[in-house]
Amino acid sequence: MTGSEDKRAPPHPLCFRARGVTRVYGAGAAAVHALRGVDLDLPDGELVVVLGASGSGKSTFLNILGGLDIPTEGEVLFRGEDISRANQHQLTEYRRRHIGFVFQFYNLMPSLTARENVALVTEIAEAPLSPEQALAMVGLENRLDHFPAQLSGGEQQRVAIARAVAKQPSVLLCDEPTGALDSATGILVLEALKTVNDTLGATTLLITHNAAIAAIADRVVIFADGRVREVRENADKRAPGEISW
Amino acid sequence: MNRLPAWMGALDRKLVRELWGMKTQALAIAFVIAGGVAVHLLAAGMLSSLQETRRAYYERYLFADLWAPTVRAPQRLIADIRAIDGVQAATTRIRVPALFAMEGMSAPATGEVLSLPDVGEAAVNRLHLVRGRLPVAGQRDEAVVLQAFADAHGLEIGDTVPATLYGGRRRLTVVGIALSPEHVYAIGPGQFVPDDRLFGVLWMRRGALAQAVNQDEAFNEAVVRLSRDASEPAVIARLDRLLEPYGAPGAYGRADQISDAFVSSEIDQLATMGRVLPPVFLLVAAFLVNVVVSRLIAVQRAGIGLLKAFGYRDRDIIGHYLKLVAVIAATGVLIGGAAGIWLGRGMAELYMEYYRFPFLLFQADPADYATVIGVAMLTVMGGAALAVRRAAALNPAEAMTPAPPPDYSKVAGAWITRMRVLDQQSRMILRQIIRWPWRAALTVAGIAASGALLIGTLSMMDGIEVMIDSSFNVSNPHDVSVSFVEPRSRAALFSLAREDGVLAAEPFRVVPVRLRHGAREERAVITGAPLDGTLSRMVDTDNRPVQPHPGGLVLSSDLAAKLGIEAGDTVEAQVTEGRRPLLALPVSAVTASYVGSGARMRIEDLNRALEEGALVSGAWLTVDADRTGSLYARLKETPSVAGVGLQAEAVKRLAAMLDENLGRSILTFFLFAGLIASGVVYNTVRISFAERRRELASLRVLGFSRADVSYILLGEVAFLTLLALPLGAAAGAGLAWYLAHAMSSDLFRLPFAVAPATFGMAGAVVLVITVVASLMVRSQIDRLDLAEALKTGE
Repeated sequence: MTGSEDKRAPPHPLCFRARGVTRVYGAGAAAVHALRGVDLDLPDGELVVVLGASGSGKSTFLNILGGLDIPTEGEVLFRGEDISRANQHQLTEYRRRHIGFVFQFYNLMPSLTARENVALVTEIAEAPLSPEQALAMVGLENRLDHFPAQLSGGEQQRVAIARAVAKQPSVLLCDEPTGALDSATGILVLEALKTVNDTLGATTLLITHNAAIAAIADRVVIFADGRVREVRENADKRAPGEISW
Repeated sequence: MNRLPAWMGALDRKLVRELWGMKTQALAIAFVIAGGVAVHLLAAGMLSSLQETRRAYYERYLFADLWAPTVRAPQRLIADIRAIDGVQAATTRIRVPALFAMEGMSAPATGEVLSLPDVGEAAVNRLHLVRGRLPVAGQRDEAVVLQAFADAHGLEIGDTVPATLYGGRRRLTVVGIALSPEHVYAIGPGQFVPDDRLFGVLWMRRGALAQAVNQDEAFNEAVVRLSRDASEPAVIARLDRLLEPYGAPGAYGRADQISDAFVSSEIDQLATMGRVLPPVFLLVAAFLVNVVVSRLIAVQRAGIGLLKAFGYRDRDIIGHYLKLVAVIAATGVLIGGAAGIWLGRGMAELYMEYYRFPFLLFQADPADYATVIGVAMLTVMGGAALAVRRAAALNPAEAMTPAPPPDYSKVAGAWITRMRVLDQQSRMILRQIIRWPWRAALTVAGIAASGALLIGTLSMMDGIEVMIDSSFNVSNPHDVSVSFVEPRSRAALFSLAREDGVLAAEPFRVVPVRLRHGAREERAVITGAPLDGTLSRMVDTDNRPVQPHPGGLVLSSDLAAKLGIEAGDTVEAQVTEGRRPLLALPVSAVTASYVGSGARMRIEDLNRALEEGALVSGAWLTVDADRTGSLYARLKETPSVAGVGLQAEAVKRLAAMLDENLGRSILTFFLFAGLIASGVVYNTVRISFAERRRELASLRVLGFSRADVSYILLGEVAFLTLLALPLGAAAGAGLAWYLAHAMSSDLFRLPFAVAPATFGMAGAVVLVITVVASLMVRSQIDRLDLAEALKTGE
């Protein structure tokens, strides 16, 4: 266990600092304790892989970091600001300014081309990349005017990544981004994520069931039963191209 | 919804819970169905009740089939009348015009006094006593008063009515207040519209009345009830032959009896409206429900895949979803059925009071109900079956995986991309519409159809207004019409013209005739009026005056059609009063007008043909509204005046009458049109929301505010609504045109007219409904579960 270590101040300034985060759905006998007091510090700029079984609380935690949900108890500081007490409007602003999301099922707008899907976000961002730059970063500079229906699953996911990073977010949250993809395509997507993390320095959290992916992380967080079971810094970081599953 | 009976299968439990979950939407659909069903049953119940009540009223109170007026015929003829083949019952009576000087009213009230047999009740045209009693034979001044007249003047038992009968003054004491099947509508000569204050009917015992008007042992009208299989024309011919020596202008049937003609025409109008409008409502409702239900099922795709994966057969699944729809449809039919019966009964009761029927027989024909319910269930279930079959045809794996992104590349991709002014949200709206043109078209059609219903129903009021304007302000712009008891010399006109307050006077001559052309014959009145007269003239439907050529006759188009006459033909006119000459008159023009049928000539030509000298039957006057007092006082004193028509009052009365009568039905239909519109718009927005839940949630997660996201959903609806408004206006105008044609009858032609205010009103109603429905869905956007929407594929 490295419990005593992760309370130590990390070398970089903190991106997230979570203390006693609890999330309970429902009440009384039907209450579900999704998170049971999570303490976690995440430094800025790292690529963090979050592992855990289904129901371990990792997605709930990610939703709270992303401003989609608020904890029942405890606090979450984003760069020193408390986001656990924010109202709906403040959360919308928070997501708009700081957070990029990548989803398992891409969630592209089928009625918009790749370029327009990215533009959807750049139009409301403060200092965005151009859609073309963002798509070039994920290797889709030749697919700008294709609609989602004309793209493969991996390509659609890379459009989603481009969409997420185009506004130059401070944080990139990815929930099972390779979950719906075969291994070769999945690796292309991870490479895109890695490039983005290296280029933009956005703190990147990547939730997955797939333990093999942990090899590309700076830091690995393992959830179990609504708590953080383990946090480990990855000494032997690999490139996505070097792993397989 | 957690406690369901144990015997209920899993699929049925799912059904109950799903229905509960979508209760608002299900109710909205049910309301559209209910709207279509209720309008149908309401109209059917109301009409059959009105018709049945009228029939029973006429039957119970022995309403006459024929009226045979004479000048003065000996009482002994009654035996001959009763002996005519086909006569079931007959009675003779005395019927005299009267003037009533009612307290607190400067305008003269006219009317008539009718005789009752000296003993007992009449064998034909029996009275329904509301209060009081019949006069006692031998009491000279007792009378029963028509309830409408009594109510209008606050007359009670024991009050007196000052009456002038053939120049003789009487004070009649009210002993009873009654209804009469002959006077459902009481209307005087020269009046267009019934006015309860201006026209009174009283009944006296025969002996008392005969004495007052010097008709001992004589009668001036016979009334006859026919046996079941009698031929009306044959009996009329016999009566005419029998009574001709006694100055009879000719017997006539119910079609020419003014009260029944009015009541029948009104009930016919209601019937036409009840025949024409409800099917349109039911069709529109069925179409809309069909659209809504098929989209509702389309969004159930994943659920259908899952059921198939469990091993449910296609027919189980189709059955399951049909049950869901059947519950909604049955709810709609129940609500509509109950509302229809309840409202139908309520409306029938209102009309019963309006017509002063003594009772109401409420009738709801089970066959009507079966038909409407059958049609409603079939159309709804049919639409659902198609949609479910489409959904069930998918293989389960495909149905359960998230649907592949719909392909937008084939349609309108590039040109919208090039439109730089658009933001991405607007692009989404446009592409969505262009990608699913059918869906958009159906939404537009649905909103347009409900808008059209609103316009169509309201337009009937516009048509009526145009009709009133044409017939009063253009065709008959006089203030007062005075009719004399019998034709008088032109001196009578000049003396009227000299009265204080009279600004202009024009004479008219009317003569009752039978017009004949070939084998066809119609009763009519020829009106002679001065050439270029302005106070009353025939106008066509473009409000252009139509003037008769010298010696010629202008016929209204309905009369011409009945006689099979065209301009240029000659018509035979058998005058039925005075010397009874037979005239051959050239028809110089046939003209379509909105109201009534008529025949017009120049007054000089008519008088020349009649060879009775330059006579006038009455005059049209314009008066100074502030100086009518002395004119009215004079008219009340003048025994030769049979009737006075007050135009301004008549217009007001007519407008009020139509408001009360047709207006009530139209308002009801309008409310149902609004209900249907609400159901459609709410469902459209709600289903769009269901279809795009995930997209909208994604946008929220990406940092779009609720307002941004609402714009994408509601922007589409707003855009489609704006598109639907002009279409609805066009369709509404079309429906208005159809209704105008369908509603036109012998008595009047309903003009096709849609006032700008009607378009405005319908548009405003649709917009308000859209806004309210959008706000309701907007609150659901606010409650979107962001995390959950992203987890699931579909």
